[in-house]
Amino acid sequence: MSNSKRIRFTLNGRSEETEVQVRTTLADCLRHDLKKTGTHLGCEHGVCGACTVIVDGAAVRSCLLLAVQAEGANITTVEGLALSDEAMSPLQASFRKHHALQCGFCTPGMLTTAHALLSDEPDADRDRIREVISGNLCRCTGYVSIVEAIYDARHAYKRKDVA
Amino acid sequence: MKLPDFRYACPASLDEALQLLGDAGGSAKPLAGGQSLLPTLAFRLAAPGLLVDLRKIPGLDRIVVAKNGVQVGASVRWCEIERHEGLRTGHPLLHAAIRHVAHYQIRNRGTVGGSLAHADPAAELPGIAVTCEAQIELASPHGRRSVPAEKFFTGALSTLLNHDELIVAVRFPPWPALRRWGFEELSRRRGDFAIAGVAVFFDLDAAGRAANTHVGVIGAADRPFRLRAAEAQIDGTSVDAASIARAAAAAMDALDPQSDLHASGAYRRALVGTLLERTLAGALAGKGA
Repeated sequence: MSNSKRIRFTLNGRSEETEVQVRTTLADCLRHDLKKTGTHLGCEHGVCGACTVIVDGAAVRSCLLLAVQAEGANITTVEGLALSDEAMSPLQASFRKHHALQCGFCTPGMLTTAHALLSDEPDADRDRIREVISGNLCRCTGYVSIVEAIYDARHAYKRKDVA
Repeated sequence: MKLPDFRYACPASLDEALQLLGDAGGSAKPLAGGQSLLPTLAFRLAAPGLLVDLRKIPGLDRIVVAKNGVQVGASVRWCEIERHEGLRTGHPLLHAAIRHVAHYQIRNRGTVGGSLAHADPAAELPGIAVTCEAQIELASPHGRRSVPAEKFFTGALSTLLNHDELIVAVRFPPWPALRRWGFEELSRRRGDFAIAGVAVFFDLDAAGRAANTHVGVIGAADRPFRLRAAEAQIDGTSVDAASIARAAAAAMDALDPQSDLHASGAYRRALVGTLLERTLAGALAGKGA
């Protein structure tokens, strides 16, 4: 029991180790300590969804999780979605194709949420997509394009072994 | 935003966690999914000296659907209830109501025990627990006790939980396969807390008359509660339009809801009446939610 703690987790496929104050949220740990500033912080109390990251396969709000709670977890942030520095993932490419971002502030949360959804439910229909991103606020209000981009990316998540 | 400073412990057993809570003498808070506690800390509405993380405690994550009822462990998450096939038939009212809880990301973290302990007056699970006469199972360093949900919630964000007690499970009475039920709530946006919500169930006898009617309301007082005056208007009837209208009138008579920025008290009262009419008619038609 102490006010700071050394933690380890896997971030975008790489092992990370850092010392954090126990009151540090996972979002602040990612941004301040590990310099992964792709994860955005909007409201910092679990309303806007901008800080969504994927922890052990589940989309979660990184402002509502202490870094110490993520000890041992497998974490994917928006930086972990692209196939390489040059190549966007099919989901990211679909966001570009459909003009699904304007100011871009909500985009990391939209992408991580949609990636978790389609990884679990590649057949999600538009209503399910709308239900799932209802926890992500886009203040440019570009929801129609975002829903279309996610819907159009579904083919990339379908099981390849099904003929 | 920085949370207030606190110490942190992650015990590996229930006994160890209870010991830590007991030793802290009220200055510690249990941390489960954190989906209510972390916003509270972010706003500095609470400043516990110690957080006791419950994530390594084994045995609290089970959903058991059996002949003697349905038991849901305290660390079960909303997404697990949502995906549980046995609950769809084993407790359809619980399954349907939980689909209204918050958003995708929060449903991946938020827990049954956390919701019961937080005791938001508009939260779904406390409302279903009260409606269904569930028992809330508590553990402390001094032993175990079981509290009826209706007694457990004592006001807004207030419960009978002692500082050295933890919720281990919530236990629902058995659910007959032919039971009629309904759940409806109204919120302005999907996933928001309900302005108000209504849960109902009843059993029909061979002659088509209702018995064992239960009506529960969320969001219309400082805690979830049963509307016994409305239940009495349904028991013994065929749940026809006239008895539904009498139940709605009795519900509105019994209510004096608060006004807030989301809705006036008068709107809430009318809303509960409307939701009650819909859930009763839907339940009779076998629609559920």
